[in-house]
Parts: sequence; C-alpha cells; structure tokens
Amino acid sequence: MNDELRAPIAFTIMGILLAIVGFTQSWSVSLSVINLCIISSIMAIGVNLQWGYGGLFNAGVMGFTALGGLTAVLVSHDPIYEAWDKAGVGIVISGIIFVISITALLFVFRNIENKQIRNTLIILIIVFGLIGINNFYGPSIDIIESINPAKTGFLGGLGLPIIFSWLIAAVVAGLIAWVIGKITLRLRSDYLAIATLGISEIVIAVVKHEDWLSRGVKNVSGLDRPVPYEIELQQSEWFLNLVEKINFSKLEAIQSLSSRQDLLNDLVIDSSGIFVKLCYAGLFFSVLLLIFYLSQLALNSPWGRMLRAIRDNEEAASAMGKNIFAQHLQIFIIGSAIIGIAGAMLTTLDGQFTPGSYRPLRFTFIIWLMVIIGGSGNNLGSIFGGFFIWFIWIEAEPLSIGFMNMLAGGLEYDNPLRMHLLGSAAHLRLFIMGLLLLLALRFMPKGVIPEKIQKK
Amino acid sequence: MENFEFINAIVLLANFVIVPALSYGSQLALATLSLTIIYGVLRFSNFAQADWMSFGTMATILFTWLFQSIGITAGILPTALLALPFAIIVTALFCLLIDRSVYSFYRKQKSQPIVLMIVSVGVMFILQAVVRFIIGPNDRKFFDGEKYIVHALDFKNYFGLEEGLTIKSTQLITVIVALVAMISLFYFLQKTKLGKSMRAYSNNEDLALLSGINPEKIVIVTWIISSILITTAGVLYGLDKSFKPFTYFNLLLPMFAAAIVGGIGSPIGAVIGGYVIAFSEITLTYAYKKFFVYLLPESLEPSGLMQVLSTDYKFAISFIILVIVLIVRPTGIVRGKII
Repeated sequence: MNDELRAPIAFTIMGILLAIVGFTQSWSVSLSVINLCIISSIMAIGVNLQWGYGGLFNAGVMGFTALGGLTAVLVSHDPIYEAWDKAGVGIVISGIIFVISITALLFVFRNIENKQIRNTLIILIIVFGLIGINNFYGPSIDIIESINPAKTGFLGGLGLPIIFSWLIAAVVAGLIAWVIGKITLRLRSDYLAIATLGISEIVIAVVKHEDWLSRGVKNVSGLDRPVPYEIELQQSEWFLNLVEKINFSKLEAIQSLSSRQDLLNDLVIDSSGIFVKLCYAGLFFSVLLLIFYLSQLALNSPWGRMLRAIRDNEEAASAMGKNIFAQHLQIFIIGSAIIGIAGAMLTTLDGQFTPGSYRPLRFTFIIWLMVIIGGSGNNLGSIFGGFFIWFIWIEAEPLSIGFMNMLAGGLEYDNPLRMHLLGSAAHLRLFIMGLLLLLALRFMPKGVIPEKIQKK
Repeated sequence: MENFEFINAIVLLANFVIVPALSYGSQLALATLSLTIIYGVLRFSNFAQADWMSFGTMATILFTWLFQSIGITAGILPTALLALPFAIIVTALFCLLIDRSVYSFYRKQKSQPIVLMIVSVGVMFILQAVVRFIIGPNDRKFFDGEKYIVHALDFKNYFGLEEGLTIKSTQLITVIVALVAMISLFYFLQKTKLGKSMRAYSNNEDLALLSGINPEKIVIVTWIISSILITTAGVLYGLDKSFKPFTYFNLLLPMFAAAIVGGIGSPIGAVIGGYVIAFSEITLTYAYKKFFVYLLPESLEPSGLMQVLSTDYKFAISFIILVIVLIVRPTGIVRGKII
C-alpha cells in the first residue's frame, strides 16, 4: 500500500468504528471512549518521543501518569488549613532535612576521594538523616492523618482551578524525570526498561502509602471540573432552549403537552451528559493538537535530526561531538512531561484520584502497544495507536462475551463449561492484546503508519 | 535469666526473620536462576518469566487435583510434589511451542535484544490470558499433607522459653528442593558435556558454532532447564503462601532486581541476589522493638517500633536496592556475563 495513504485510511477506519459504537451502543459511550482515546494518544506521543525519536525504553509510564494525577489533586483540592497549622512545620522541617541529607550525600560522593572516610560519612549522614526525619515526620503525619480522617486527613492542595494542574503536572513529571534520568539513562536498553519499571513501582508505593500527601488508597474524590456540571446545565435557560431547538421536529410531532414535556426532560438529561463529554473532548483535543504540532516541529528541526542520528548510530553521533547523555536526558524529560500532562487530564476526567488503580499492565504496557502498533517514530502513528488500542481494549469485552456465547451456544444454561467460558470472557482481551502485539511485530514491525524517512 | 533473654531474642528473630527469609530467598533464587539462564543463552530480558511461573504452577495445581480425585496422595508430603514432574513436562512443551512459533523467527533475523524483550511482553499478555482463562484470577491454596515440622507451642513448652519457633513443612521442603535443584544445575553446567557447550554458546556464539555445537539443541535445553527451575520455584512459592496470578506477576520485579543485584548472567550471582533481596525485604520491614526489649536493660528500651521502613514498602524494597546497585555498582555483586 502507498505509504502516503496509510494515515488517512487508518483514521477513516477508526472514525467508522467509533461511529458504529455511537449508532449501536450510544453516543455517550462513544464519546467516553473518544475522551480516553485522546488521553491515551497523548501518552503514546510522550512514549513515542522517548522511544521513536530517542530510542529510550521507558517502562515507567505508569509512574509519570500517577505523578500527573497527584499534581491534579495537589493543585485543585482546597488546602486543609487545620492540618497546615498543626503539622505543617514538622513536614516542612523533615522535607528540609531530607533535601540537606541528599545534598550532603551527593557532595560526599563526588568530592571525597578517600574510600574509608567517604563510606563512614555516608553511613553517618544516612543514620542522622533518618533519625532527624523520623523525629519530625512521624508525629506530624500522625496529626495530619487524624484531622477529619473520613473526609480529608491530608494536607490538601492549593485550591486553584484544576486546569492549571495540566501545566504544573508537566513541570512535576519533568523534574522527577530529570532525577530518574540522571540515575538510569547511562544504562543499556533493557536495563533501562527494568530500572524505570522498578522506579515507577516506587512512585506508586509512595503515592499509595503516604496518606498525608495523597490520602493513599482512601482516594481523593469530588475534584472540581473545568467544565459545567450536568445538573447546572439542566437548570439553565439557554441549555433548555438549545435542546428544544435541536429536537424541534421531534417535539412538534407529539400532540399532548405533558408527554411533550416528558420527552423534553429526557432529552435534556441525555444531552447534558453528552454536552459535558463534548466539552471534555474539545479541551482534550486542543491539548492533543498542540502537543502534536509541537512534536512535529521538534521532529523536523535540527534538534530532531540530531536525536534520530543518535538513535540510529550512537558512536557516529558521539564522534560528531554530540553529548549523547545530555540529549537522552532532554528527550526523557520532555516525553515524561507529556505523559504527566496526560495523567493530570485523566484524573480531571475521572474527577477522582485512585492510587490503587495504577497497574503496570494498564498504564505502561498498553501504552507501549499503542506506540509499537501505531508506528514508532511517527506521531500520527502514535495517535492512531492510542485510538485503536484503547478502542479494542474497551470493546474487547462485549465482543468476547458475544464470542463466548457463540462457542457455548449448544450448551445448557447451567452447564459448568458454559459458565466457565462466559466467566472468563474478560480475560480474552489480554489475549487479543498479546496477539496484536506479536502479529504487529512479526508482519508489520514498523507499525500501521511507519516513520517517514526523509531523504534530502 | 540474662541468658534466657538472649536466647528468646534469637528465637524471635529466627521465627520472624531468618526462617521466612530463607524460604522466600530460595524460591526467589530458583526463579532468578531461570531468568538468568534465558538471559545468558538467548540474550534477552524475558518479561514473560513471571507468567511462566504462574503457568507452571497452574499446571501443577491441575495435576494435583487430578491425583487427589483418583486418590493418589504423597502421605505427609504435599501431593503437588508428585504432580511437579508432569507439570514441568507440560510447561516445557508449551515453552518450546512458543519458542518455535514466536522467538525463533527473531533469533534467525538476529534481532536486537530489545526487540526480543518487546516480543516477550506480547508473550506475557498471552500467558496471563491463558492462565486466567483456565484457572481464573483468584487465590488458590493447593497444600495438603503435614503442615508443621516444629510448632510454636510445642517449642515453647519443650524448651521453656517465652518465644516459640514455627517451621512449616513447606519451608523445609523449599530449602531442600532448592538446594538439590541448584546443586544439580551447577553440576550440569560445570561437569557435563551439554552444560559445557551451553556455557560456551553463552560466552561466544560464533566460536561455539565453529566448534560444532548445535545451536537449536542448546536453545531447546535452555527452555527445558528454565521450565524446570521456574515451575519448581512457582510451586514452592504457592505451597508456602498461595497461588494467585497477579501476585506471581508482581514477582517479576524482585526477580529482575535479584538478577541485576547478583550480576546479570551469572548463576551464582542469581542465587546470591535472590537471598539478598529476600533478606532485605524482611529485615528492613521487621519491627525490632520486641527484639531489643529482650536484649536491652529496661531503662534503654526503645519507644518506637524500631522499624527501618514501614511494611507498606515491602514491595518497593527490591526496587530501591535495584536502583542503589545500578548507581553504585552496575555490574552487580558477581561480575561477568557468562553462565
């Protein structure tokens, strides 16, 4: 097939699939799928920058997503003044001790040559640091977590509109990526994957268990929204008029005034849900377009060419005087920042932050599938991968149940084999994912929309 | 009395730290060995290895149920030990099938290790689906036979101590089986012709091919050894605790951590790494308060729990060690890349 035609065809098919869901299930379902597809696409672009441009295997996508989610909470939730009053000082002091200990450790590590003195100093710093932190930290978190534990029990956030968190999430994820990159980016490719996978688990462990920061597994719900609430819409004049106008012919056809009012009420409730989802879709889509545009600019700039040169031949690029480590660090930070933005958007869409839901399968490996199947090195491919894989991931379940029903068609209703087949239908989607990945790697190793090799 | 305090403290430590860490360490060491063998010979990090562990354990459970239903048991030993050889055969056959249909293509193409690693992610998905499809995602216990060798209460009464020591039979079985498996593996690698050719192949593929070593044979043997080790490790872990696919998947990272901490590619390193990870997970999260209460005079008794890290972080410890090792000594404890 002509490579130029691949992208339009792929996206047309995707559009048709989403339209089918809209007509057969409902437009509300289709829109929720689209919203998550857009977020997935943004994550996939982040991974694609790292893997497709930079050749870095970052298996810590989950960690950066969670950091983005945490930022959304910390930016948008109202501050808990009582907790700050009673225990803020303790937390700040232990934070300062932590930073001082780390700086001291780094200083000792870099500047003291004598091994014996160095090791003694390191042990001393760790021991005193731990004692110091424990002195302030333990009591403070006990106080914080005891303040209204059923509702808050944490420090709260800044109380800003949640939409700011998208930008701040990029900064936070980028900063953490800088630290992680400094530690891991000198490693060979598969070591890097294992190390980042491990670090992302550490991030999740912190988010899950530091209740004073994130409420941990108690979750934070009821975050504010960048879009109107359904209930507000249903009560506002302009929205009622809008719905009436759109469905004018449908309403005209009904004679009785009361049943016309009933239909209008139903329509208003339905459309308010769809309207909210459309608002989200509009917001997310603008972010996606912006990130896509900027990534394309970067890819086609001298900087992008240099990155590809490093990816394809490190030694040659190094001989040309390029600092490989610094470039890798840059792209790692940028990619992670984009994943952070997507993480904050996801939490915004959910309206809640649930640390327990971050699992590597869902937030790391599925995103990788999107990049590889979509076409590594091509941002359009990543967007397509994000849409396509997420669509399959969601729609695999109803399809599997249908498939199982077909398999078990001849069996009695309470036949144990039939029950087992139907009960296990949900696991088929893992199988489909694995199969898709293996087939793509074997027969389409460059992905659906392959990287364009520019020859000049 | 002073002496008794000391013995009580030691027994306390043995009961809550040493015995559990030894058995967990043996399980981890076996699993890590299989990861290392694959890495050494086939040259890629196999992300599907933890799911091979669930697959092997699932096969064992199915055979155990079969044996129990026709009335075969192993007396005081768990029936799973009888089922183990059959499960290993099934696992090895399935491994070879996957190798034929998936991995061999990329081997012929001489693909980069990273490509094989991504392929193993695909295999991981498929295995997870297969295991959950056949046996379901829930917790399963398949232990039968005699549960305890030493019971805490008997121990207390017999020695007249305040602290009891419990040794579960699974813990003893774990240590014995792991030792036997490790010794036979090292014997195989060092003394037999096949083992030597495997090491040669791992060390320098081209040279090994020149001296007439059949690479296909080496690959088959590697998968078989890996299945033996990983199935045994999975069954021992499942007997000791319980079998749940998600828990087994979570063992992947401790396994990688152990392999890297020990020195990736080195079997001795894998064993050392397994025990290092297991002991640090348990020693760092154990609350030593009671231990010090026995040892120290009353005036010096600690007020806190005397815990380095809260048990919430048990799961994260292996990664923290992994990160520290990667910074301080990336080659791991035992240097060298050959098996």
